[in-house]
Amino acid sequence: MPAHHLEIKNLTVAYRRVPAVHHVTLNLRCGHCIALLGPNGAGKTTFFKALVGLVPKETGEVVFGGHGKVGADTDIAYLPQRSVIDWDFPITVRGMVEMGRYMRIGKWGRFGKADSEAVDVALRTMDLADLARRQISALSGGQQQRAFLARSLAQEAHVFLLDEPFTGLDKTAQDLLAQAIRKLVAAGNLVVASHHDLKSVPELFDQVIFLNGELIAFGDTGETFNDENIADAYRTQVFSKAQLHRNAGVH
Amino acid sequence: MHWLTEPFRHEFMLRALFGCALIGFTNGALSGFIVLRRLALMADAMAHSLLPGVAVAIILFGLAPANLFFGALVAALLVGLGVQIISGSSRIKEDTSLGLLFACAFSLGLVLLSFSPSQVNVTHYLFGNILGLSDDDLWIIYSISLIVLPLLVLFQRPLLLLMFEPSVAASQGVFVRPLTYMLMGLLVLSMISSLQAVGVVLALGMLIAPAATIYLCSDSFAAMFWGGGILGMLGSCAGLVVSYWLNLPSGACIVLVLGGIFFAAYLFSPRYGVLSKFLRRRHLHEESLARWEEHADH
Repeated sequence: MPAHHLEIKNLTVAYRRVPAVHHVTLNLRCGHCIALLGPNGAGKTTFFKALVGLVPKETGEVVFGGHGKVGADTDIAYLPQRSVIDWDFPITVRGMVEMGRYMRIGKWGRFGKADSEAVDVALRTMDLADLARRQISALSGGQQQRAFLARSLAQEAHVFLLDEPFTGLDKTAQDLLAQAIRKLVAAGNLVVASHHDLKSVPELFDQVIFLNGELIAFGDTGETFNDENIADAYRTQVFSKAQLHRNAGVH
Repeated sequence: MHWLTEPFRHEFMLRALFGCALIGFTNGALSGFIVLRRLALMADAMAHSLLPGVAVAIILFGLAPANLFFGALVAALLVGLGVQIISGSSRIKEDTSLGLLFACAFSLGLVLLSFSPSQVNVTHYLFGNILGLSDDDLWIIYSISLIVLPLLVLFQRPLLLLMFEPSVAASQGVFVRPLTYMLMGLLVLSMISSLQAVGVVLALGMLIAPAATIYLCSDSFAAMFWGGGILGMLGSCAGLVVSYWLNLPSGACIVLVLGGIFFAAYLFSPRYGVLSKFLRRRHLHEESLARWEEHADH
């Protein structure tokens, strides 16, 4: 398996001139399933959006496979929260997955046999082949999430950035989605998912990133997912970890 | 078939039929994008904002269709730009600045029209006069359709991505802003092509009703696009025939026919119709009751 990695160097992103993510440096290796943890307003969505070039970077750069990222790319797929999608959109599951091919074949390229096959494979991998002809609102939450994954798979993405994929799913749907994600990871892809339910972190993810405006901690779940880091990350305001420790010393 | 052929023995009716078919198809095809991108209110505001441009064009250059066209285009661009500037540089949101500018623009148009040397009727601007189409009018309608339709077909894929989820589309490399502006531009163009024929207010009906109807009947975007075009075309022509026989204003008849078809779909569409859904629910209810009783019998 090629050891691809997504390198984030000194990334700072501001939202309306207020910095939301400060000087984050991370080296994420493909073949991992990583949880992005942090309280509301910690900058998780902003972080994702900066990685795919949806919001401008104040400082820093994002490098994938040796190429600097300037903006949009088919290598990195961003999957927004389910709630921002208009599920009444007149499209079938298959049609939605086909959209993943559009930027690969260009505006006017023919949608050929290879494209059709890529869509079939993506649908099968995500266990959606039987539902392919359904309108997207006729899917359950977990199936919708998998349909998104299938779309990114058809796009031949290597990095999947998922914004709260497990939110609102029951146990069964969660397990099926986790299975689907594991398949992606086993195939050498990198999956980063923002996540709220701390209880399920160890069973779902092998690495964790704690983010709260700045990077709090990053590492294997076994070592890094501990009470100290959780407490650090979920403190309401973290300006700098060094600052916190200094404060702690004063009191 | 006498009732169908009789009206078109008159030349003005034949011209009107041509105009209806073309405008109906173009606006109908465009309506899919308006409905899914949720631009219906924007279109409404735009429609009224064209008036000052039209008024200035009449005062400065006279009442020729080409002048009206450029006047309207400039007015639309200015209002569109103004909305972006105001909402981008202050805490006023887009809908507020749009609503405000549209009211101001329309009023400015009325004031300007009072200075116009020739007799210009605002009702004409709002409701059009499809029975008085000149050759120039038909040429403008024809050329605008020739611009709008191919562009929609050519950019169908990126437009589809954009409408489904703009931020995902942007992350995939779709140029969201230019595409949105293009869509707005096409909207203004087709509005202008409808100006003389059905007037701006009724043009709105043609820009919304066809796709809204198909949206209630189908889950395919292609159906919304082509079906919207065909429905817009047939509905407009039907409205024209109705207006001839009932001796009623043609623009209004066209939109009422389209509106009537929409309400029929709203009630009776097999998939998303309100009545069909209600009947289906009853049916399920009875089925479960029957099963319950059967179960109790055993």
